[in-house]
Amino acid sequence: MKILLAFSVLTAVACSKKTFVGDQVLHITPRDEEQITLLRLLDDQTHPEVNYWRHPSILGHPADLLVPSSRLQEIKGFLDSHNISYSTMIEDVQKLLDEEMKTMIKSRRTRSSTSTFDFGSYHTLDEIYDWMNTLVHDHPTLVSKVQIGQSYESRPLYVLKFSTGGSNRSAIWLDTGIHSREWITQAVGVWTANKIATGYGQDPSITAILDSMDVFIEIIANPDGFAFTHSTDRMWRKTRSINAGSHCIGVDPNRNWDAGFGGSGSSSNPCSELYRGPYAHSEGEVQAIVDFICGHGNVKAVISIHSYSQMLLFPYGYKTAPAPNHQELNELAKKAVSDLATIFGTKYTYGSIAETIYVAAGTTVDWAYKNGVKYSFTFELRDTGHYGFLLPSNQIIPTATETWPALLDIMIHVLEHPY
Amino acid sequence: AMEELLPSHFPASRAAAVAAAFIRYRHAGPGRGLALGTIRRAHREDIDAVGRKYHLELVLEDIRDKDSAVNCTAEVLYPLDNKNTVPDVQFTLEGELQNSDEADDMFYNQIKSLDKELVARNIPDSQGNVSPELEPIHLLAWAASGYVIWQNSTENTNFQLAQTKQVTQVKRSDEYLQFDYMILLHEMVSQEIIPWQLTVLWHPRHGVQVPQDSRQ
Repeated sequence: MKILLAFSVLTAVACSKKTFVGDQVLHITPRDEEQITLLRLLDDQTHPEVNYWRHPSILGHPADLLVPSSRLQEIKGFLDSHNISYSTMIEDVQKLLDEEMKTMIKSRRTRSSTSTFDFGSYHTLDEIYDWMNTLVHDHPTLVSKVQIGQSYESRPLYVLKFSTGGSNRSAIWLDTGIHSREWITQAVGVWTANKIATGYGQDPSITAILDSMDVFIEIIANPDGFAFTHSTDRMWRKTRSINAGSHCIGVDPNRNWDAGFGGSGSSSNPCSELYRGPYAHSEGEVQAIVDFICGHGNVKAVISIHSYSQMLLFPYGYKTAPAPNHQELNELAKKAVSDLATIFGTKYTYGSIAETIYVAAGTTVDWAYKNGVKYSFTFELRDTGHYGFLLPSNQIIPTATETWPALLDIMIHVLEHPY
Repeated sequence: AMEELLPSHFPASRAAAVAAAFIRYRHAGPGRGLALGTIRRAHREDIDAVGRKYHLELVLEDIRDKDSAVNCTAEVLYPLDNKNTVPDVQFTLEGELQNSDEADDMFYNQIKSLDKELVARNIPDSQGNVSPELEPIHLLAWAASGYVIWQNSTENTNFQLAQTKQVTQVKRSDEYLQFDYMILLHEMVSQEIIPWQLTVLWHPRHGVQVPQDSRQ
């Protein structure tokens, strides 16, 4: 942590410098106020390359001083002549930077096996697509990769299929990342796919589900948006399609579905984050899922994962009237959030979209429900606003771990209530 | 007319978010982060010609200690008046918040002893990281954004602080610390990300003030 801070401090300071070879960081312990005053002299405007990382301020608190190699003798001489005690904290700053860079590059390198993939950090589009291939490679009889279409910018849309055989079995659909800035969702998608793949044959529930049903997971439902959050704007939500007659880009893929399309809680303005698009299913990313689910014909549950708010929601979004099986969905949601809370105490609320969060027309789950998928749910994962979209990576595994029992409750309910 | 509301439904949760934002502005700071926990009960009262008042029973949590829950009652009155749109918030804390003097004083002394004005960007960063050194700056943004959120909330909004894009310290000759913040607010109902500039004054004994702010 401290070393990465040092690195970022250096990058801020170092615009004019190319190399830190031989530069040192001295750890200085002043003995009295007089020494503190002397130390302050070292960091003045006439010597900009001599820099305190930690300033001499309070007696008893050490100071850390960055000294370029050309000034080392002079500075050390100054300290010695005034009897100021110090030690060398970093002997060669360039060496440290090189090591750190090596570590960063190493952790970015593609894994050759899913067992070394770091589920506890956020990954790029390429890293996740590569990992999907290794998952298929590691579980060839269980997992396959299906391309269901292309994004606006021609990126492939991939779905992982988990199946133990049969012919067009009843299926459960999960998608994550339809709103690209909700990074916790793609990360949970990866973890969950791995959980299912490695759990078959070990975990009784996963085994029971996969012995009768297939599971489909689209981990990156909006790859153009996701790439954009990495390259340009971390807060990008929509697709990246060009809107005729407007300088504003993108359609909200969760307002673009043919279910109450055009209603309240969606916008006709291309510049809005809730822009519904010129017509339902205008977005390739949405049409691909529509084609897949309709083509499949036997999907029994659609679970679309978002963040944040800590909620488990079900239809309707486009109107406040209760869905025909509101009671059943409500009871199932209640059980799922209760089981989620047993892991770390994380509290979720639950209810219909329109009553719990807002009226929203043209959503994924309303479309699925309208097209006969009785068990349609949306999760809003952690947190409730403290970090929001910028959920720390150390919460990825806890979030995935606690969400799992809730997902399992839904999948088991689907298994036990065929229709 | 007084009506009971489901705490899990958005009318109650939006009002609770306003109450929490206001309480953060009054009581949070570099040494204390306050999160909204459970909403225990909620009622809504229509007051003729005045507005709609939400009566709330909330739980607040100090982020340093999730088990340190403090119960709180709050009233949020959204005015009907077109001229004054700022909701009126009253609250009572039942019990004491965890003492933050040590953390506040440490931050105060650290900033006062800096030779160069503090400048920082992207807190948290893309991966959600906040370095320990910048955590108080992050918490101060969270507290100060409470003021902006309170001043701009209606029954149709739910604001949260999304990120501090940039913070620049402005040295003062008096005892206050001053920071110029550029933050991003996330408005949940419209899903918009709204840049907002604010001047923040802070002192361990005097709390947070936002003398100037402007939507960008």
